[in-house]
Amino acid sequence: MTAPEAVWREALGDGRLMLQRSRASGDRFFPPRLAEPATGDEDWEWVDAIGLGTVYAVTVIHPKPPEPAYNVVLVDLDEGPRLMSRVEGIDPAAIRIGDRVRARIDGSGADALLLFEPA
Amino acid sequence: MTARFPRGATSIAGLATFGVGEATGLSALDIAGGAALAAVRDAGMALRDVDALFCCLPDDMLGGLALAEYLGLQPRFTDSNRTGGSAFMSHMATAAAMLTCGMIDVALIAYGSNQRTGGGKLSTPAKSNRWDAPYRPLFPLSSYALAAARHMHEFGTTREQLAAVAVAARGWANGNPEAFAKGPLSIEDCLSSRMISTPITVRDCCLVTDGGAAIVVTRTDRAKDGPKPPVPVLASAAATWWHSVAQTTDLTTTAAAESGPRAYEMAGVRPSNVGCVQLYDAFTINTVLFLEDLDFCAKGDGGPFVESGAIGPGGTLPVNTNGGGLSCCHPGMYGLFAIVEAARQLRGEAANQIPDIHVALAHGNGGTLSSQATVILGTADTL
Repeated sequence: MTAPEAVWREALGDGRLMLQRSRASGDRFFPPRLAEPATGDEDWEWVDAIGLGTVYAVTVIHPKPPEPAYNVVLVDLDEGPRLMSRVEGIDPAAIRIGDRVRARIDGSGADALLLFEPA
Repeated sequence: MTARFPRGATSIAGLATFGVGEATGLSALDIAGGAALAAVRDAGMALRDVDALFCCLPDDMLGGLALAEYLGLQPRFTDSNRTGGSAFMSHMATAAAMLTCGMIDVALIAYGSNQRTGGGKLSTPAKSNRWDAPYRPLFPLSSYALAAARHMHEFGTTREQLAAVAVAARGWANGNPEAFAKGPLSIEDCLSSRMISTPITVRDCCLVTDGGAAIVVTRTDRAKDGPKPPVPVLASAAATWWHSVAQTTDLTTTAAAESGPRAYEMAGVRPSNVGCVQLYDAFTINTVLFLEDLDFCAKGDGGPFVESGAIGPGGTLPVNTNGGGLSCCHPGMYGLFAIVEAARQLRGEAANQIPDIHVALAHGNGGTLSSQATVILGTADTL
């Protein structure tokens, strides 16, 4: 079988954010893997993510100048999974826990990266 | 399932630290070896008495094999369990079970690192997984920063309260000749230090030092014949809930909330019986989280608790009485140093000796708040 991670990355490269969904529970999970965590359920399908989420935690990293500060966030997707990302299109220090954010796929192909922007 | 443990069947018979601070010119293996030799001497034993070796080195995945060879041991059992800085607490669980059923007779648990004089930064093969790495979190620092930010959001914890953890640790370090960082440290010093990954500043971070530690564990009846008071192992419990902080369900509650209660049950003690607490304080938020998760205060009350002065010299709950990872030493995987300080307190030979102490707790943390393990030690009169 094609590795779930490879399927996910190829979709991302085509501009789609996908999640695995257990057919039995309907729960989505991330990162991609062979079976649903905890249940071990291997009966799952790929679904498109809505692409909306809420900032669960944020840290602003201050590298030594002149490199600018940047943020790292944990985002709770509306469908459930939590993932690490960065929010762009806003002053990194202005992001607050609870802010609503929308997924944006930066780049394409093998260079595609999942980012978020204020919703 | 009821938690079972061979309570008090095994004891720490020997212990040592070695090369704490700067050990210029020595390798990690030298430092672990130096600590091991000193701990075996302290137990009144010879190397040939050791038949099981538990060892992690920061820079060698097969460090257990390397140390066995270095010391000239041919162990019946060698374990390099790698759950990060909590590994040593789990080593004690394995050693206690194997000693009790007679598979081994004398366990040596050792660690050494030259990360300060060898490289000057945290020495670890661990790194962010490939899902997190593209966003360039500082590993492991930003994971703790995210936990701290969430704790502040949920409970109103302040940077001043986090700073109080560093100030308390420095207070203890100032009374410990072995501690690496000494001198005055104020809340204001912490707040004005360089911000690295909000809300964590330089002063919220543990030290980068060299250092080794080792303990010798054997059955309590044998440990009683040694030159030093035996320190019975009352409990050791571990729990792992996640690896990356992105996979948490609740970033402000760690698996210490599972390992702690299980350890208390095994040991038959309550938090109120614990005379001193040695926690893996890689960052100031760790102390706050673990005090809550180990039931020394309610969830969310960790900030006010540490701000009250409870955990420093003269406080109601002595925490990290050697100065901890924040001000005594942090050679990369601190867990064994927490165990050694707890055992020194119970022997009555700690630099900042707490009077009339019968039960001590040592808690290890591994990864990014991922692996938690709790050891409870006692004196002979707790048996």
